Amino acid sequence: MRNVYLVTAFVVVLAVSILGFRGTKFTQPPMDVFPEWAFPGMKRQPKPRPQGESNFFADGRADRPLPAGVVSRNPLRNDDALYAGKAADGSWVRGFPVSVDATRMARGKERYTIYCSPCHGAVGDGNGITKQYGMGATPTYHDDRLRKMAEGEIFNTITHGSPNKNMQSYADKLFPEDRWAVILYVRALQRAQTGTTADVTTDAGKQALGLK
Amino acid sequence: MSNIFPKSANKLPLQIIVYLVVLSGILTAGATYYMTPKYTRVGYAPVQPVPYSHALHAGQLGIDCRYCHSNVETSGVANLPTAQTCMNCHNQVKKDSPLLAVVRHSFETGESVPWVKIHQTPDYVYFNHAIHVNRGVSCWECHGQINEMEVVAHDKPLSMGFCLDCHRDPAPHLRPRDQVTNLDWRPANATEARTQGDKFVHDWNIKPPQSCSGCHR
Repeated sequence: MRNVYLVTAFVVVLAVSILGFRGTKFTQPPMDVFPEWAFPGMKRQPKPRPQGESNFFADGRADRPLPAGVVSRNPLRNDDALYAGKAADGSWVRGFPVSVDATRMARGKERYTIYCSPCHGAVGDGNGITKQYGMGATPTYHDDRLRKMAEGEIFNTITHGSPNKNMQSYADKLFPEDRWAVILYVRALQRAQTGTTADVTTDAGKQALGLK
Repeated sequence: MSNIFPKSANKLPLQIIVYLVVLSGILTAGATYYMTPKYTRVGYAPVQPVPYSHALHAGQLGIDCRYCHSNVETSGVANLPTAQTCMNCHNQVKKDSPLLAVVRHSFETGESVPWVKIHQTPDYVYFNHAIHVNRGVSCWECHGQINEMEVVAHDKPLSMGFCLDCHRDPAPHLRPRDQVTNLDWRPANATEARTQGDKFVHDWNIKPPQSCSGCHR
């Protein structure tokens, strides 16, 4: 009987030394407790998954591009000011075709921080973190060209990228409403750089700055 | 006729029973330890076609998760970034690096970068990213300290028990919405996590389903 226990102990040690412990890093595909061959069609069902593989289509992708001439089911985007930044006469829109309030400003700040600040920097001076890594010529917002640029043209730049394509389109990352929110925040950043003590109107603010 | 079995054979049935009990104990312990995603999946760190470092991009540079996984707040799927997303910076930064050849090829031809999927729920599980991140469940809860990973490894088991732990008692796993993608954020202490979590559960009307059809269809 002792031998049986010895053999068992040996098998246990062997199994542990082969299987190892939890949490060890490994690169091979994970083992399956209920493998696909024993339970076909359970874990991996023959259905396309987002960004998944497909054996059916020639390019191997489950996601399909839109066929030519497809019509969007979403509401018609016929508001040129809102969706293209263009006024009725074809010039760039000045001002905002959306409501301007604190909520939108907060949304703009959040979106700006995610999508713009890596290059344009937290204050819009073009000194984002990527500059240290070789991103060459991110312009500052704080010059006359960009202060005077129409909101619609900024919208167009976010949507299609800059003319020299150093900045590419962010249309896939920012909804049109979010682009306007970002522009709103950019305007706030620009305004902040030209602030003077005359802009401080509250008593508490004046005291904080030692103006009173 | 009296000596066919030695006297020691009298003990044998009992010894066999004891051994079987010990053996079933070992097998149970082994199955509990090994036949779970805590062993089979945690630690999975496949070699990717591009040696992309989350520790550099999300950690050192501080780029928000949503810069690349941009649909996570509006879609059930936290999408992989398009090649153009990479090229937003890498059209200027390290633009001739041989390590990025796969990305450049994808950008020019429109072919996919053959990323290897790490976190993969079974097809009968319908997990929705948007509903979780919009209700204060951080990326960190399921994916771990991604911003410190040179190579992304499967960090949490993502088993059904793992999901249910949170669905039964979500409060300690919730955080302010603006900290969802801040993987270094922690509640000050367990008591505060509980009180503010309870507030979030109430304010955001969080009622995670525990019925089968909540996640399985």
